Amino acid sequence: MAPSRVTATAEALELIERLRTVNGPLVFFLSAGCCEGSVPICLRAGELEPAAGDRLLGEIGGAPFFVAADQDERWKRPRLLVDVATGPSDTFSLEGPHGVHFVTTSALADASCVSENHGT
Amino acid sequence: MAVATQRMTYAAPGHADSPVELAERYDNYIGGQWVPPTTGSYRENVTPSTGEPFCEVAYSATADVELALDAAHAARASWGERSPAERAAVLDAVADAIDAHREMLAVAESYENGKPVRETLAADIPLAADHFRYFAAAARAEEGRISEIDALTYAYHFHEPLGVVGQIIPFNFPLLMAAWKLAPALAAGNCSVIKPASPTPWSILKMMEVIGEALPPGVVNVVNGPGAEIGRALASSKRIAKVAFTGETVTGRLIMSYAAQNLIPSTTELGGKSPNIFFEDVMSADDAFLDKAVEGLVLYAFNKGEVCTCPSRALIHESIYDEFMARCLERIRNIRQGDPLDPATMIGAQVSTAALEKIEGYVKIGREEGAEVLIGGERKMLGGELAGGFYFKPTVLRGHNKMRVFQEEIFGPVLAVTTFRDEAQALEIANDTPYGLGAGVWTRDLSRAFRVGRAIKAGRVWTNCYHHYPAHAAFGGYKASGVGRENHRMMLDHYTQTKCVLVSYDPNPMGFF
Repeated sequence: MAPSRVTATAEALELIERLRTVNGPLVFFLSAGCCEGSVPICLRAGELEPAAGDRLLGEIGGAPFFVAADQDERWKRPRLLVDVATGPSDTFSLEGPHGVHFVTTSALADASCVSENHGT
Repeated sequence: MAVATQRMTYAAPGHADSPVELAERYDNYIGGQWVPPTTGSYRENVTPSTGEPFCEVAYSATADVELALDAAHAARASWGERSPAERAAVLDAVADAIDAHREMLAVAESYENGKPVRETLAADIPLAADHFRYFAAAARAEEGRISEIDALTYAYHFHEPLGVVGQIIPFNFPLLMAAWKLAPALAAGNCSVIKPASPTPWSILKMMEVIGEALPPGVVNVVNGPGAEIGRALASSKRIAKVAFTGETVTGRLIMSYAAQNLIPSTTELGGKSPNIFFEDVMSADDAFLDKAVEGLVLYAFNKGEVCTCPSRALIHESIYDEFMARCLERIRNIRQGDPLDPATMIGAQVSTAALEKIEGYVKIGREEGAEVLIGGERKMLGGELAGGFYFKPTVLRGHNKMRVFQEEIFGPVLAVTTFRDEAQALEIANDTPYGLGAGVWTRDLSRAFRVGRAIKAGRVWTNCYHHYPAHAAFGGYKASGVGRENHRMMLDHYTQTKCVLVSYDPNPMGFF
């Protein structure tokens, strides 16, 4: 398997642990689109099965982290750091009721990982 | 829509001279009653204009969703059996009530969401009222079809309501999106349990205060609380016959998977990254049309960019880029940003700190990728009471379409602009996106406009205009932008079953047995 491209801050790991205590095993999917898109969505494992088009980026706090492969390419295969920000999530992500939400900050991928043509 | 200039700044809800009365706390609206949440729990509701809480709203749990479903099911049979004329009269009464309280609802909507009151007065509220009127008329004009199978055999097709539907709406147009979801559902004879977005739970309750009397109890039920609990409970309930959702993609996938597990239909609207294409001939005269085209670009700042169809990618022909963009930047510099309740304000506050931080993050990503910040690029700091508000300056980033700021939905007043050589390249860039919700085409050459409009893979192509949302013009996405078409009578098909009664008038047996 490719090396993990996702890590989490200590605060995020602590929140993941709290959510796991209440909800059992967890899984993350990186969101896109309208409203609060682009945030990581934390779900109970098995609630949304990864599809053929999903790519596993790694694990954080024991929870697998998926992104749609085409989204990953358009994001240029970033390295993601999952963190926690104040304010509730309006998504179905499990941390919403805790008054906080997961966010990602991303570093651009290594040049060797990026194959897109930049000329338009 | 026409934008009228108004009077002085509106007083905030709750003040003596405000058009909006304000209670300390708000319950759920279930079965025509104000019902406290079973949790006994309420959450502070914040206005983005100052960042200060101004009321408390019910913070419900699954049991409250069940209460709302009970009320909806209790109302289902009698509402579904009403004649189209009777249902239309109810929807017309709803529209009349909205119109009669236009100013109150416009101020409430502006205060809770942060959008400028001049937009809610001119667009959100009148469009919401009109939407109910449109579907009142559309439902009355519906008719079944009869198929003549042969001279003695006929198939009669009837439209029947689905029953009770679950609807989850976004924060960007809380009242208009409620109207988009409720009007077709009710017109088709369904009852609804609706969950507002967490950042904007309140304005719809102000709407229920004025339209509730027109509706039979249980036909519309509003439950507020966390999406992770009550949104999930509603969308996955075995007691709904259809689910409708507007929001981000993972929740969209979840909604569709719940629907799959329950074998019910769903409609979803999941966002966009809409191209707005300006061909060279927009500058062939310095006239009203050029002025309109400049406005068409600047419309990315409408509703502070919190629009699924925000024209967030401007594609400008390389031969006119410098002069056209100079005019646009001049227009952007003149955007008045400030108190959403000031009718002279053109751009208000983002809906939440989360939204504000996301926008900042994307501008940072854009800079790191080498995009040039032509204007804006940072928070707007205002003084006095507004100092704690969530304001972001209208921003333009110049770059190319492979940059993340051209590919991802920022949901803020951030325009990504690039140039193109020719029509083929314009189309290639326009379609190089996972989304397909909206698009804009600006040209004086209407055969080019038609050709390009047909070739763009998006559900709505505004041609020589943008951000019009009239009822009777279908709205919905291609590709990752979702499934379904709102805003048009065809939405009635998404809220009805077809019953085929197949009748033989032949007195003779078939002869098989």
